[in-house]
Amino acid sequence: MTTDHPAQAAPGPASGLVLPQYERPAGVHPPLDSPDYRSTGLRHPKEPLVLLPHLLTEVTGPVLGDGRVTKDDADLTQWDGGEALGQRIVVRGRVLDSDGRAVPDTLVEIWQANAGGRYRHLRDQWPAPLDPHFNGVGRVVSDSLGRYEFTTIKPGAYPWKNHHNAWRPAHIHFSLFGRAFTQRLVTQMYFEDDPLFFQDPIFNSIPDEKARQGLISRFDYEATQPEWALAFSWDIVLRGSGATYFETEDVDADDE
Amino acid sequence: MPTTSDGRPGLTASQTVGPYLAIGLTWEHGEEAVDPGTPGAVTVSGTLYDGEGVPIPDGMVEIWQAHPDGRFHHPDDPRGVAEAPPGFRGFARAQTVDGGRWSVLTLVPGAVPGPDGTTQAPHLDLSVFARGLLDRVVTRVYFPEHAGVAGPGGHAEDRVLAAVPAHRRHTLVAQQVDGGYRFDIRLQGENETVFFDI
Repeated sequence: MTTDHPAQAAPGPASGLVLPQYERPAGVHPPLDSPDYRSTGLRHPKEPLVLLPHLLTEVTGPVLGDGRVTKDDADLTQWDGGEALGQRIVVRGRVLDSDGRAVPDTLVEIWQANAGGRYRHLRDQWPAPLDPHFNGVGRVVSDSLGRYEFTTIKPGAYPWKNHHNAWRPAHIHFSLFGRAFTQRLVTQMYFEDDPLFFQDPIFNSIPDEKARQGLISRFDYEATQPEWALAFSWDIVLRGSGATYFETEDVDADDE
Repeated sequence: MPTTSDGRPGLTASQTVGPYLAIGLTWEHGEEAVDPGTPGAVTVSGTLYDGEGVPIPDGMVEIWQAHPDGRFHHPDDPRGVAEAPPGFRGFARAQTVDGGRWSVLTLVPGAVPGPDGTTQAPHLDLSVFARGLLDRVVTRVYFPEHAGVAGPGGHAEDRVLAAVPAHRRHTLVAQQVDGGYRFDIRLQGENETVFFDI
C-alpha cells in the first residue's frame, strides 16, 4: 500500500462545495528514487506518500504575472547592452491541460545555459566561457489561447559529475503554475536528435517512452523567422480536471 | 505532443529544477506572501535537510494558502472570488541558500471547509524543489495553536491530518518561535516529514 486514503476524497453535497478533481498521473513523472541519478539517493522520501484529496487549497492557486513580467523578458538574446552569441532560436508552443483545454494567463518561467553550455551561476565553474550578453532567464504569461513564445539562444550541452564522462543533453528549464496548486510543474525541454539522451539519467528517469518523447521539442520550419532565427515548438500539458467532477462522491467512502 | 490511448493530450513529465534554479526562479520580494509591516504578519521558516541530516543549500520552498478568513481569490472557490486583504498574495517562494534555511512572511490563514461538512484546520500547502528531486514533494504546514481546538478549525476535525499515521502527524505542525513559526523539512530518514501524493 503506497497511500492512505481519507474517508472521502472531496467535499460532498453536505458541505455544498463541489470542486474540480484533477487527474492523478500514473507512470508519467519520474520516481523520486531513481538511483542512476545519484543526487536522488539522500533526497527522496522513503515513507509512503499520503493521499491528499483535492480540496480548496489544492484546486486554487496564485494569480501571477502582473508586475512580474515585462515585454523584454521574452527575449533572452539581448543583455547588458549587447547581443548573446550562439544560434538564435524561437521557442514557442501552447500550455494545455490533459482535457485539451488551453491554459491562458499563466506564468511561464525559463532558465538555461549559454551557447557554450555554461550557466551564469557561482557554482557552475566548468571551463566554458560565460557570455557577457547572456543571463539565461526568461518569463512570459501565456495568452488567451494558452500560447507562449520566447526568443533565445540554443543552449549547449555540459558535463556534470553524476557518472564517468556524464553530459547533460541541451535543455531549457521550464516552470509553470497553471490555475491550481495541483497543476504546478517544473520540467525541462529538450531538442530532437540529441546524441546524449542515451546516457542521461535525468531524461531517462521518466519510465514511459511516450512521456519522454513529450519533453522533446520539434524543429518548426513554419515558425522560423527568415534571416533571423530558427524555431522549435513544444506544447506543455498540465493535469486536467475534465469529466471527473463527481466521481469522487462515492469512491473510497468505506476505505478506512 | 504525445497523446494517450483515448486521444487526450499526454501529460508533460516533471524534471528536476537542478542546481541553478536561482537563475530562473529568483523574484524580488519573492519570500513575501504579504507586505512587510502588515498587521499580523509572521515568518514561517525552517531548514531543509537530506537523509543524513545535512542542510540542503540549493533547494526552494513555495507556499500557497487561504486568506486569514479562509477564503481564496480564485474562481474555483465555489463560495465566490474573495478579494485578498491589502498587501496579501497567499503565495511565496524562498530559496534555501542560507545553509539550508528558508523563510517566508505571511498571515496565518483561516480555517477552510473540508469534506462532508467538516472543517480543515488552518494550513499552508508547501512544495519543495531541489536538485535530486525529480518531481516536487508536497507537504502541509499546520499551526500549533490550533492543535487543542475542539470542533471546527482544530486539528482533530481535519480529515487530511486524520489520514496521516498518528505518530507522524507532528512533522506537519510548526513550532511557535519568536516572530512566527519554525517548520523544518526532512526529506528522508528519522522524523521524515510527511509528504502527500497530490
